Amino acid sequence: MEPILSVNNLNVSFQTYEGEINALRGVSFRVNKGETLAIVGESGSGKSVTAKTIMKLLSKQNSCINGGEVIYNGQNLIPFGERAMRKIRGSEISMVFQDPMTSLNPTMTIGKQIVEGLRQHEKMSKKEARKRATELLNLVGIPNPEERLSEFPHQFSGGMRQRVVIAIALACNPKVLIADEPTTALDVTIQAQILDLMNNLQKKLQTSIILITHDLGVVANMADRVAVMYAGEIIEMGSIDEIFYSPQHPYTWGLLASMPKLHADRSERLLPIAGSPPDVSQLSDGCSFAARCPYAMKVCHKYNPLKTDVTGSHSVSCWLQDKRAGKVDSAIEIGEISYAT
Amino acid sequence: MQHKEKLIEITGLHKHFNVKKGKVLKAVDGVTLDIYKGETLGIVGESGCGKSTLGRTIIRLYDPTSGVISYGGNDIKSIKSKEQKKSLQKKMQMIFQDPYSSLNPRKTVIEIISEGLVVHEPDISVTQRVEKVYHLLELVGLSRNHANRYPHEFSGGQRQRIGIARALAVNPEFIIADEPIAALDVSIQAQIVNLLKDLQEERGLTFLFIAHDLSMVKYISDRIAVMYLGNLVELTTSDNLHDNPLHPYTQALLSAIPVADPEIERTRERIILEGNIPSPIDPPSGCRFRTRCSHAMDICRTDIPEWREAKDNHFVSCHLYNE
Repeated sequence: MEPILSVNNLNVSFQTYEGEINALRGVSFRVNKGETLAIVGESGSGKSVTAKTIMKLLSKQNSCINGGEVIYNGQNLIPFGERAMRKIRGSEISMVFQDPMTSLNPTMTIGKQIVEGLRQHEKMSKKEARKRATELLNLVGIPNPEERLSEFPHQFSGGMRQRVVIAIALACNPKVLIADEPTTALDVTIQAQILDLMNNLQKKLQTSIILITHDLGVVANMADRVAVMYAGEIIEMGSIDEIFYSPQHPYTWGLLASMPKLHADRSERLLPIAGSPPDVSQLSDGCSFAARCPYAMKVCHKYNPLKTDVTGSHSVSCWLQDKRAGKVDSAIEIGEISYAT
Repeated sequence: MQHKEKLIEITGLHKHFNVKKGKVLKAVDGVTLDIYKGETLGIVGESGCGKSTLGRTIIRLYDPTSGVISYGGNDIKSIKSKEQKKSLQKKMQMIFQDPYSSLNPRKTVIEIISEGLVVHEPDISVTQRVEKVYHLLELVGLSRNHANRYPHEFSGGQRQRIGIARALAVNPEFIIADEPIAALDVSIQAQIVNLLKDLQEERGLTFLFIAHDLSMVKYISDRIAVMYLGNLVELTTSDNLHDNPLHPYTQALLSAIPVADPEIERTRERIILEGNIPSPIDPPSGCRFRTRCSHAMDICRTDIPEWREAKDNHFVSCHLYNE
């Protein structure tokens, strides 16, 4: 399968009062046509920065892309200027943000906001654009679309607003949709509606989705492939089954073990990852997870592990993959032993 | 599960708020509930269902509109003297959702934690108080070196630990935890949940655990109450609720939660609820869930379903389970 978007060795840093922060350190992945790639990680791991870098939405004042490329349709987007990016945003790659309360303009009707995007990218009369807007609202499951076009965002509930945001994002049939925590601000029953909607639309429109989330449940529901991020790096990437059923990185083990199992006994303890995510402004040498890793060896504190392929689709950056490392058979079991002490 | 000593009895609790245009928002509308000593009772529901208002009314951050809350057999409304009020406050403490806004940024950790001690145990000496704070910090997994720092120097998970230490300072019997883990990262959530469980075992605390994340609630609670638009719709043991939910809303809520297991996600059938939660200012007549319920019948429109014990220890309010 041919990748529709590929990100190669992306490095992004921010200037702050406390010095330079390397928010992304060598992030590479590709997205194939019609698939969903989930990027998971905790807050501060660089998930949203990745999305914003692809869309070139980072503030130029304090951020700097230090290297790497974002290849879309054979072109590298990194050198693109604002004017060229405007043609890409919305029509080729579009984005759904976390908070449906703030991502719509409160002073414009929904109809105007959808039509605005359509007319920006496609030659359309106002009438045609309005008709298309009605179809879009219908597509995302908003009842009485024609009447609702002339309503303002505050007249919609949170779930309905997120549907509108999705309608706007899909207005010009983008090839890639980046969804940054699209359901985090929503209630579970509404989340189920939106996930269902996104799954159905993807089947219908063959859009590729980059789904950014911290919720492994949402990942299991939506994704084809998963990239796990930690402190600005992708530490493990693989198909959904590989990540959930044969994870290789201790951080991925930890993430999975810290969630309660469906039929878990309540007397069983959860297995949290000790410590807290590192301060990316003060990273020391070696693997960034070493300080929290129960299996850390001497080498982990000194040298950054190399990316190793486990299978053709599954890669991991961890010294445990090295031939010289001791063998760790079953992640969860060993996890229990080491955390119990 | 036979620790049957009731710590808190709530009967017909209402909490209404007056909103503009003379309308009334019935945030909690007739909740009857017992909380047993030493148990963890989970309350789940979506935003706006009244779960936080219920918690805050129990701890008297709000005055109930009507209904009775009795703590250890005494109606808390009848308590008039300052002394008695104080001793009640000491028994009930709260842990808040947002570890960022619930700690005063201008106070050091030691000031935050010892505030309750100053009020409730004014007789102890300063050195004793400091010792006590150190002990509390160690109890919640922080170190005594943290005592003189300010909240902004801590991560979200650590702040939540400070919030827990503050709640424990006055040796309460009963703790209301309102979404204590919602603002935290997954790996940190498990740390806090484990800490709460350990503290409960050590100190025999009673917990009211308010959350929207059913999988964590199931893990931590002995019993779970499900709320919808100000009413309880179902109450039973945690396993029962999970294996055999009776109310259509509970069934939908359980099926809506994505499980972190792709195999299960691929095969399971989801009940997707239509529409949104109606406004609590103008709730539907009869059963409040009927507008989104796939089993709705004529009677649901006219009659409010009774709160009944459909099975042993399994309460539900739904016309499907009428005799």
